[in-house]
Amino acid sequence: MATATTIKYEPVIGLEVHVQLKTKTKAFCSCKVEFGAPANSHTCPVCLGLPGALPVLNKEVVTLAIKVGLALNCQIAHRIKFDRKNYFYPDLPKGYQITQYDGPICFDGILELPIHDASGAPRNCRVTRAHLEEDAGKSIHLEGSTLIDLNRAGTALVEIVSAPDLRSAEEAHAYLTTLKRNLSYLDVSELSMEKGSLRCDANISIKPEGAIKLGTRVEVKNMNSFKSVASAIRFEIERQTKVVSAGGTLHQETRLWDEDQLCTRAMRSKEEANDYRYFPEPDLSWFNIDRKWVEQIQSSLPELPEKRLLRFLDDYKLERGEAEFLVSERELAEFFEHAVKLYQKPRKVAAWVAGEFSHAMQERAIGVKGLKITPAALIGLMDLLDAGKLNNVTAKEVFAAMLDSGEDALAVARRLNKLIEQDSGAVDKAIIEVMLEFADKAVADYKAGKDVALGFLVGQVVRKLKGKANPKEIAPLLTKAIRG
Amino acid sequence: MPFDLLKSDATSIAQAVRDGSVSAETVVSETIKRMAATEPKVGAFLQQDAEGALAQARAIDAARKQGKPVGRLAGVPIAIKDNIHVEGRPTTCASRILDGFIAPYDATVTTRLRAEGAVIVGKTNLDEFAMGSSCENSALKQTRNPWDVTRVPGGSSGGSAAAVAARSALVSLGTDTGGSIRLPGSFCGVVGMKPSYGRVSRYGAIAFASSLDQIGPLSVSVRDSALTLSIMAGRDDHDATSSKRAAPDYVAELAKANIKGLRVGYVPAYFDQCPDKEVAKTCKLGLERLRNLGATLVEVNLPNADHGIEVYYVVASAEASSNLSRFDGVRYGMRADKGNAIANYFATRGAGFGTEVKRRIMLGTYALSAGAYDEYYGRASKVRTLIVNDFVRAFGGCDLIVGPTVPFTAFKAGEKSDPLSMYLCDIYTIPASLAGLCALSLPAGFSKAGLPIGLHLQAPPYAETTLFAAAQALERDLGLDRLAPIA
Repeated sequence: MATATTIKYEPVIGLEVHVQLKTKTKAFCSCKVEFGAPANSHTCPVCLGLPGALPVLNKEVVTLAIKVGLALNCQIAHRIKFDRKNYFYPDLPKGYQITQYDGPICFDGILELPIHDASGAPRNCRVTRAHLEEDAGKSIHLEGSTLIDLNRAGTALVEIVSAPDLRSAEEAHAYLTTLKRNLSYLDVSELSMEKGSLRCDANISIKPEGAIKLGTRVEVKNMNSFKSVASAIRFEIERQTKVVSAGGTLHQETRLWDEDQLCTRAMRSKEEANDYRYFPEPDLSWFNIDRKWVEQIQSSLPELPEKRLLRFLDDYKLERGEAEFLVSERELAEFFEHAVKLYQKPRKVAAWVAGEFSHAMQERAIGVKGLKITPAALIGLMDLLDAGKLNNVTAKEVFAAMLDSGEDALAVARRLNKLIEQDSGAVDKAIIEVMLEFADKAVADYKAGKDVALGFLVGQVVRKLKGKANPKEIAPLLTKAIRG
Repeated sequence: MPFDLLKSDATSIAQAVRDGSVSAETVVSETIKRMAATEPKVGAFLQQDAEGALAQARAIDAARKQGKPVGRLAGVPIAIKDNIHVEGRPTTCASRILDGFIAPYDATVTTRLRAEGAVIVGKTNLDEFAMGSSCENSALKQTRNPWDVTRVPGGSSGGSAAAVAARSALVSLGTDTGGSIRLPGSFCGVVGMKPSYGRVSRYGAIAFASSLDQIGPLSVSVRDSALTLSIMAGRDDHDATSSKRAAPDYVAELAKANIKGLRVGYVPAYFDQCPDKEVAKTCKLGLERLRNLGATLVEVNLPNADHGIEVYYVVASAEASSNLSRFDGVRYGMRADKGNAIANYFATRGAGFGTEVKRRIMLGTYALSAGAYDEYYGRASKVRTLIVNDFVRAFGGCDLIVGPTVPFTAFKAGEKSDPLSMYLCDIYTIPASLAGLCALSLPAGFSKAGLPIGLHLQAPPYAETTLFAAAQALERDLGLDRLAPIA
């Protein structure tokens, strides 16, 4: 019998990301946009879908969508129209959603992902389109009844659709973090998956490696973090591969990610899906997007992360990993640059920010803004270190305390009694004590030519001085004392 | 001279109220009396507001005595089609599905008219959701034609046309989607005017077909039509499709009007092939009169306009199917409670909408569905463009296009039971709607049976001034002075 050949399958993944725009008012009326307000308090005839009410486009929505498009390296349409997507749902007051069907405001974008292929070239993912639409309200299902809150109805969303360029859960995760990173520079959205201001659905299929024809696509919804997106994709690839390898067929369907059971479950099949009957929204006229306006928006944007990364590598000669970390958040990069202006050793600053700083953020699960430290305060700390008033160990202790209290480095060092004073009497006393204590061991070893023993002895002296000493200064004094 | 409601128009009343020769209260109480006399036979109104109207009239009189401005329509009794909001009053669209719905805000036109002293005396009947040509599709009431109460007033703004014809209001508002102001204007012998698309804000008028709907006046005289439109027209920030183009004072423009040299176009087939010879003859005479007044007649050709009905019933129904989705029983109006959302939808919409409304929702839903879109909605939109182009070409050689408003006079109630024959009523009015033109039906004469015949005048978008100029010249020349034989 011939040996069965195992076909290798390659996953094909595309992502749809919904971003809620942080506009002052809703997309088509002047109701305030506010998360967590009392139910139905931000509503009017337009967003309640009362008869006779008409939508009027909020220009701020277009501005923010253009910013999103530019941050994703998209083309911006010269003029846009809106369409209606018709379906019935109790939290959809008009019975249709105003969206953009065949003419998105942004299209043909691309994102460079911070991962590389076998040849070392960075992986790219194309952004097919980003279009504007309004959100629906919220249904709150209770035992035996459903409540509806229409505060969210009519708020502006941008739906960003990637090309099916992603090939693994890791690439999908990298796409999402890059997308979020770029958008975080714009201040256009809270970008919180928890609060629903960022939502992601994944389209996943598999095909025999090298095949051109795509397999049957499954849409997975209901992921509440980037991590669960990656998990859902991993699960789905495995599930699909099993089905196909066993000779089964896949159905085009929508599945829900179950965070508790860590699996996807069938929700509804596309055969019985809605026919949304898209058609041009007759209540809104065409809206022109002047090139001058786009240029103005472009010039108002902060330096975007891709460009900033290259500049950090060039100007400051940083390690790539460090630089990538620094540009991963706008505030972080700005903190770094601010600090570098006050202190001319960028690599040293970068090491601190990418090291202690990031460590502290992770530990406390907060962003840069949450840390009570200014660039000037950090530089104050580094100056104390340079001046020999702190050593590497005590500097870290002082840093940690600064994050909690918001005081400057000197004040904290004094309060914690970590400042190295020029008290030669105390130093001499400590050296003598250590020499006596370790006369038989380390001192003898050092005398016998074991240089490593010196480090140990220096450490003991610093310890006796409760850290208020600079090892570099202690070492020669100790050597002198031992050699007599 | 004592005040005679039956011999007045809105312009003369507003003038008299402003100069104090008659009080607004007198005008309104006379109107209420007239209403009481005519309504049992005509049934134009779904709601009347005698108390509110009198209170408003007294306030106008008091303001005038204090020397305050009282507005260009001071004391004029006005009726509003019941698909346009008047805050605090029900808006029914003559449908059961809006049972219990009270308008929480004024339509922009309501606000503007009230600000000029118009006194709202009531809200008028219509075909349910403005879908119909006879007013018989009202789920709430049957309105009859004041010229012959066995006949229909036309639709969908049948109540508004009948109210003015019966003089139970001096001006009324209608909405016109495919002829819904002009057709009842023609049947009831009043001036029915559809403004250019975008000229008047649609905010607060319950949408039937958003790309076609316009609010317009029905009135006793052309000058009243011009006056009412002057007040309503102009940009409204609540309606993105309302034009930013400044609205002229049409009354002032009328004073300067001169139709000498006006090029009046006509489509010969609209006369030759008109099934009612009396209508064709009366309209032809109207055309002759325009020539005698100094206009030149130009034959025009609108080859694609013949497809107007097909295009209209696809486009309007498609938009309606979407516009009417909001009537789902979830937030307002009727709700049939069947225990779950899906069952509620079926039960509420099944019981709440009438047959014609359901027919159009189904038609429109089909026209937009995935397999049929290209062949129906897509193709209809393309033919609509061809019709627009026909008019652009035709208006290259003329300033106005004139013909019959409707191929016949008012028919008997219950006479047209087949929906398709009803749809054909709008054959002459629909093309102007599809092309966004302004158009007006002017009373041009009567049939031997004493039924009014309307002449249809159509002008390019935003050429209302031309329309009013020609209509007023002809109105004066015709000098019709007959009142509907009611009460």
